[in-house]
Amino acid sequence: MTQSAPGRVNAPSGVGAGSSPRGRAVRFTVLLVLAALFLLPMYVLAVTGFKPFSEATAARAWLLPREWSLEGWSTAWSALAPGLWNSVRMAVPSAVISAVLGSMNGYVLARWRFPGADTVFTLFLFGMFIPYQAVMIPLQQMLVNGGLMGGLFPLILAHTVYGIPICTLIFRNYYASIPGSLIEAARVDGAGLLRTYAHVVLPVSAPAFAVTLIWQFTSAWNDFLFAVFLTGPNSWPVTVQLNNVAGSMVVPYNQQMAAAVLASLPTLLIYLVLGRYFMRGLMAGALKG
Amino acid sequence: MSASTDSGAAAHGGPGHPKRPVTGPRARPGRFRRAATRARTWLPGLLLVSPSILLIGVFVYGMIGWNTQLALSDKHAPIQDGSFVGLTNFVQLWQEARWPAAVTNAVVFTVVFVGGALFLGWLLGLLLDKGIRGEAVFRTLFLAPMAVSFIATGVVWRWLMNPAPAERATGLNALFVHLNLDFLVNDWWTAPDLGMAAMALPAVWQLAGYVMALFLAGFRGVPEELREAARVDGCSEWGVYWRVVMPQLRPVTLSAVIILGHMSLKVFDLIIAVAGQQIVADVPAVYMWAMVFEVRDPAKGATIASYLLLAVAVFVIPYLVWTVRKERSEGR
Repeated sequence: MTQSAPGRVNAPSGVGAGSSPRGRAVRFTVLLVLAALFLLPMYVLAVTGFKPFSEATAARAWLLPREWSLEGWSTAWSALAPGLWNSVRMAVPSAVISAVLGSMNGYVLARWRFPGADTVFTLFLFGMFIPYQAVMIPLQQMLVNGGLMGGLFPLILAHTVYGIPICTLIFRNYYASIPGSLIEAARVDGAGLLRTYAHVVLPVSAPAFAVTLIWQFTSAWNDFLFAVFLTGPNSWPVTVQLNNVAGSMVVPYNQQMAAAVLASLPTLLIYLVLGRYFMRGLMAGALKG
Repeated sequence: MSASTDSGAAAHGGPGHPKRPVTGPRARPGRFRRAATRARTWLPGLLLVSPSILLIGVFVYGMIGWNTQLALSDKHAPIQDGSFVGLTNFVQLWQEARWPAAVTNAVVFTVVFVGGALFLGWLLGLLLDKGIRGEAVFRTLFLAPMAVSFIATGVVWRWLMNPAPAERATGLNALFVHLNLDFLVNDWWTAPDLGMAAMALPAVWQLAGYVMALFLAGFRGVPEELREAARVDGCSEWGVYWRVVMPQLRPVTLSAVIILGHMSLKVFDLIIAVAGQQIVADVPAVYMWAMVFEVRDPAKGATIASYLLLAVAVFVIPYLVWTVRKERSEGR
């Protein structure tokens, strides 16, 4: 558990010093209260989904279901299935392509620098922070003009391109931390850029690929903005469909909550199983300064 | 540069890199030969990055340029050629009732969200810093909302923050009634003046864990010798935190503010999921969406988008330049 627990950082600091048993008990109690508050929405999500239609009422809102039912889940599943499939088909390719591009960029920017590399890197990084609204109208226009609207291509393109900055950042930091002697040795032996990359750098890149793939998959999966601007009803990913299901007042709560859980399960499972890598992607977003 | 990859190395005394990373083979003799070979060594690197440079150039900077051009034009319908009108759109926006209201909403949201997530995240980090039973479970729980989309968060919180009055209350209001805490029953995000503060609650819930992780890494990156020295000097445990640990965490705090702030100014998904397009919760990003899909006014949509970009750029650009320069000067 500790090994793969997300948010794993260095060992606790100052253990023992100044933490009396009473202080410890107080801290533990406060943490339990906060944990309960954090769990409230999750409780609602989990419990409401299992209520039959007749129990999804205000009066029984906070109670456990009298009768556990799968009705909400099956209805939500049939409403969301096409969206889930669209999300998979769009998030996987864009994660893979931007990770590969990020790896090449990160390698060059960390280890094979060219004049102006810092400027290029800074310009890339700014791309990570821009509000995507600032590119949306022209992007939409360009895709329409080019006859590229329709299907998932616009979404794959957008997530790939706007994923390049963070992927480059993660790989650059990763490559800067591997020992330079390996690369130097290869260069002394006369290996060129691509050979060094393929034979020396790529074989040790698995952790950084895990981080970027997970990060990119999660952000593409959870995106809503690009999806509403760049896709039509047939290619809506799951976030748009979830919003449509939940946004219509006629859909009962049990189905809404079940739909929200279904739409979140893939990324939540990735977080729980591969939390360590998820965490590193998160931290990479915060330039340390 | 990433907090995670570096903090580990720093705390363990650094198995890092004693030398500067290689910037090109340092051919020892011969100044001229060096100049010639140097270009040959860096050129392949530039070529390898060039597809990305092209993509970023076109899709980030090209599109921003095009958007700016639209914002400076009078193209107020999709099929219409616009001509240059200067800053007219930028000025006119402020003369509408909807725009200043949307800006105010975004500012209230940002203050509550950034302040709330920072405080809660800092508190969680502080509580966990000393190590406690079940730390991994707590961390996993507090961070979990980060893995979920704003839409899913919004769906749950719209239910939780249902503004129906006590007699037919649902969500948190129903819970308050249930617990005889009727005075807590409120209008949540539909309240005209402080509604956006309630709207920020789901965002705090979603990102406090992230801030916690940043601070926890920061706390534990402070060398124990520093804390010990302060204790020897007679500092209480609180004094150690305030005088020794917190000042070391200014960069982490700055990062957190920048990240949360830039998310907050362009908030869109969460508002749509909780409030749809109800005007009481209007923000610039939702306004822009309406301009594109309902009013179909490209110039006005682009103007709003430009304001969003400006709002983010004024604090992100100095931050980025400062970070990259600092990193360079530290020789990494």
